[in-house]
Amino acid sequence: MNPPEHDVRKSLERLAAATKGGRELAFMEVCGTHTTAAFRCGLPSVLPRHVKLISGPGCPVCVTAQQDIDLLVEAAGRQGVTLCTYGDMIRVPGRRGSLQEARGRGARVHVVYSAMDAVALAQAHVDRQVVFAAVGFETTAPATAAAVQAARRRGLTNFTVLNSHKRIVPAMQALLERGAKMKDGLGIDGFVCPGHVSVIIGARAYLPLARDYAAPCVISGFEPWQMISALARLAELAQSGRAEVINEYPEVVSPDGNRAAQKLLDEVFQPAETRWRGLGLIAQSAWVLRPAWREFDAQVRFGLTPPEDCEPKACLCGKVISGLALPTDCSLFGRSCTPLQPVGPCMVSSEGTCAAWFKYSWRQAPHRPLPILAGASP
Amino acid sequence: MCLAVPALLVELNGEEGLADLHGNRLPVNTQLVPGARPGDWLLIHAGFAIGRLDEEEARETFAVLAELQAAQRAAAPEQADSARQEAPP
Ligand code: SF4
Repeated sequence: MNPPEHDVRKSLERLAAATKGGRELAFMEVCGTHTTAAFRCGLPSVLPRHVKLISGPGCPVCVTAQQDIDLLVEAAGRQGVTLCTYGDMIRVPGRRGSLQEARGRGARVHVVYSAMDAVALAQAHVDRQVVFAAVGFETTAPATAAAVQAARRRGLTNFTVLNSHKRIVPAMQALLERGAKMKDGLGIDGFVCPGHVSVIIGARAYLPLARDYAAPCVISGFEPWQMISALARLAELAQSGRAEVINEYPEVVSPDGNRAAQKLLDEVFQPAETRWRGLGLIAQSAWVLRPAWREFDAQVRFGLTPPEDCEPKACLCGKVISGLALPTDCSLFGRSCTPLQPVGPCMVSSEGTCAAWFKYSWRQAPHRPLPILAGASP
Repeated sequence: MCLAVPALLVELNGEEGLADLHGNRLPVNTQLVPGARPGDWLLIHAGFAIGRLDEEEARETFAVLAELQAAQRAAAPEQADSARQEAPP
């Protein structure tokens, strides 16, 4: 393989050549890790002027609806409940505060590294009801499915999940549909497809987007040159009007994906409609527990009903993750909303678009000087 | 959150194994990668192996993913209370 610097330059040259004299192109990445990777290496600043890279709904924390956060906080407050969550979720503010604040009020909130840790915790403490906050796309959902199966095998009656697992392709589809329908909708000329979600779902999963919506899709790794190369490939496809799915991360992504993981997902979950922050209801976009696994549904076990969805006032997260606004369009950005005092999930999550802008790109918004905050690292 | 990192499987007991990640031993469940054996490079996400890769690819992929993980860790102060379940519920 060529040395990376060489490939960066070569890829940039390809990108410039592919877009020369052409129309403006907007490509969207839908992976929080791509967001972080792109901003860390300053990728947006080296792109040709008429190529836009938009960060879409790729951060599972950011797309979790406010009502789902509220539900987690409510569950954590129930008598006898220990709520287990991945660390990313704990600071997301809900209407009645975050899980971290709930913990401050005495709730048992436990950060776990793996869903299996929550199962082990349930087994070790049969006097507690352990609720696992199941968040994430297809990369993460198989772990939850495995955990639920393990809980049944071990005969645990004190383990449940509060599930907001999501499927990425229906969301991409919804963005394309809305972009085509609405006047102010976003025109997306192609997708940089997520690397590790694709490990599970496989490259073929994007074929409907190319076929039905004429959107080119390129699966990319996380090296700067890989992302630029993916953009160059997308530009070439878009300019020549070819809608294809191209796998530029074949080291780990296969055409069919991880069959064992897909089988597991299918055993435990089924697709259903669900609410995404900023995008509203999207058909077929959730993984919900199949009826045979309902005993592990925390909503059923504790009679929880999702409260009305209400997003924080003035927070533009919804628009940011749909590609319709930049973080700097938000009046709170860098003022009352910072990584230390986040208002919306896009600032909480380390891979959120607002957090990435705050950390790496604030100079692009010189009209909004940042407050000096101890510990903040612009 | 969908970040997965390559690690070397060093021990396997049924589906549960230990992987070496930068010298750290990490518990890993291998049920999603049937046939995984000690000596294999695995792509690991949230305690589960989700894919396999060859050693050279693993080393190449490794550097950037490790950096990204460090960047995300630095931005997200809250780490798992415990990788296993010793902490009180
Ligand atoms: S800056 Fe904060 S309030 Fe504004 S959109 Fe981003 S997360 Fe929401």
